[in-house]
Amino acid sequence: MSAPLLAIEDVAVELPTPRGNLRAVDHVDLSLQAGRTLGIVGESGCGKTMLSRAVLQLLPKKAKLTGRVMFDGQDLVRLAPESLRRLRGRDLAVVFQDPMTSLNPVLTIGTQLMETIQEHLELDAPAAKARSIELLAAVGIPAPEQRLVQYPHQCSGGMRQRIAIAIALSCEPKLLIADEPTTALDVTIQAQILDLLAREQRRRHMAMIIITHDLGVVAGRADEVAVMYAGRVVERAPTQALFKRMHMPYTEALLAAIPKLDAAPHTPLPAISGRPPDPTRPLKGCSFAPRCNYAGRHCHAAKPVLTSAEMPDHVYACFHPIRMTEGMEA
Amino acid sequence: MMQLAVRPAPLLNVDNLVVEYGLGNKIVHAVSGVSLEVVRGETLGLVGESGCGKSTLGRAVLQLRRPKSGRVMFDGEDLTAMEGEALRRMRRRVQLIFQDPIASLNPRRRIGDIVAEPLIIAGIKDAAERKRRVHEVLSAVGLDPDLVANRLPHEFSGGQCQRICIARSLVLNPEFIVCDEPVSALDVSIRAQILNLLEEMKARFGLTLLFIAHDLAVVKAVSDRVAVMYLGRLCEVGPSEQLFAQPAHPYTALLLQAIPVPDPDVRPAESVAAGEPPSPIAPPSGCRFRTRCPRADQRCSAEIPELRQVAPGQFAACHHPLG
Repeated sequence: MSAPLLAIEDVAVELPTPRGNLRAVDHVDLSLQAGRTLGIVGESGCGKTMLSRAVLQLLPKKAKLTGRVMFDGQDLVRLAPESLRRLRGRDLAVVFQDPMTSLNPVLTIGTQLMETIQEHLELDAPAAKARSIELLAAVGIPAPEQRLVQYPHQCSGGMRQRIAIAIALSCEPKLLIADEPTTALDVTIQAQILDLLAREQRRRHMAMIIITHDLGVVAGRADEVAVMYAGRVVERAPTQALFKRMHMPYTEALLAAIPKLDAAPHTPLPAISGRPPDPTRPLKGCSFAPRCNYAGRHCHAAKPVLTSAEMPDHVYACFHPIRMTEGMEA
Repeated sequence: MMQLAVRPAPLLNVDNLVVEYGLGNKIVHAVSGVSLEVVRGETLGLVGESGCGKSTLGRAVLQLRRPKSGRVMFDGEDLTAMEGEALRRMRRRVQLIFQDPIASLNPRRRIGDIVAEPLIIAGIKDAAERKRRVHEVLSAVGLDPDLVANRLPHEFSGGQCQRICIARSLVLNPEFIVCDEPVSALDVSIRAQILNLLEEMKARFGLTLLFIAHDLAVVKAVSDRVAVMYLGRLCEVGPSEQLFAQPAHPYTALLLQAIPVPDPDVRPAESVAAGEPPSPIAPPSGCRFRTRCPRADQRCSAEIPELRQVAPGQFAACHHPLG
């Protein structure tokens, strides 16, 4: 296998709070090959957004980052601000959850698109405009020429997200990070936007990270899925393996807690009792142990590290993995 | 219009309800002639995308937003004709739970006082009696009254705040609760806890629910019947299982197709949902879904489809129903 496009190596993020240091990301390793899609799934506060901010080097000023973020052969953590600026928007693009706040409300859509294009590509104004129109058409915006002179408030939420995607795609990025790209959208619009992202990814052969709390969003669209809990990756596997034979009890519990369309009404849901631990008071043992049905005494005493058993690309952090082949039970 | 055989008399009967908002010199047609009924002990799920009028409908049921026309009958009495004291008395029997549990609790008041407030408004003067009721409902929703009563909302997580909101809605022993997106702001693991709690409370206190949500799977998990709304009108209503197995309205089918399924073997259908909902300021003529509907023809733009029975108990407002 060639060197990965992105390699997150032992990344930890700490934020000082009045209640003490908050460990938002707790020593995460992840890698992504060019042209592939990685889904990062977790509930609020699990550190998935902070991890993506660490990759983009867009962490809050007070945050303390350790580890390396290798992107296309360079360590983004140690890159000079000027080089970083050239990289972001060009090779490394992002789509945020709320398109209303990521677009500038007082600039026209055309200005915002052309600004990005001209900042990174050597195009004159007419060429940048032509490219903007092309991009808007590619993301499915009808009458793109007229849209160029409009402002974000004149577009619907779905349209705004399409525009944000057009800006992100404008310089043919090698990696697109989509942070909850459809959470603010209605379900029929969500399907359109996810289709659009998948189509453009295939066409441009770019790598993509989809960050979401919804396992359904990554199930049909990611090559690999990483599940995060309390700042750590607790399981990572090719999508099929993760959904069919997850080894981490949290993954199983999370999947079971989702209401299913094919279940009969009034079927009680297997809820996960309790809630995630306080991130300013890290637990000594496994962070999921207090809520886990399989936890033993050892789980409260020591932290399990990511290991693989059957397939090298399927790793999990658990002392009592589930759904293992006979004879391989820990 | 909607005759249902062998169903008991409804506890709630909404008849041809119209709710409109003024927006400058324009009119937002939020709810345009919706009729539905909920029988005692039943949960009716109400689904639709944002702006379809589902929340407005929920509020109009409680008379928090007065309808322009139409009637809301609750247990044989016309809420739309009620005012002042009579309406206040009726509201003891009909309660509301909101989407954002943190925003719906006053951050400066203690949990015990928040939950006791409806009792004070209802004129229960005996403090010991109020305390007893507050303890009862807080324990019922799985909180320890002695631990939580003196604390402030910011000390609780979203899921716990929603438990407190549910306790507050139960404290007057209501018969009917409108739940407006009660789990949309919650994480998956907490959502399941709250949905189970609502089911438990419904059984324990003999409640009837109008459950409003945009997530079809969530709605199905708790509802006996489901009503689907689009741009101010009902598209389809029917028993949950039947409606999900055999949707008759193309919009219901579209919604079902659009849901991302947490199973990698289910390939997402490409571009099932063309276009976006039109503005409720200028809704399309005839069937309001026709601008996005693959089956639409001339008749759909000329004639408003009425709800018609397509299967026992299942009604669809469509000129060209599926199946």
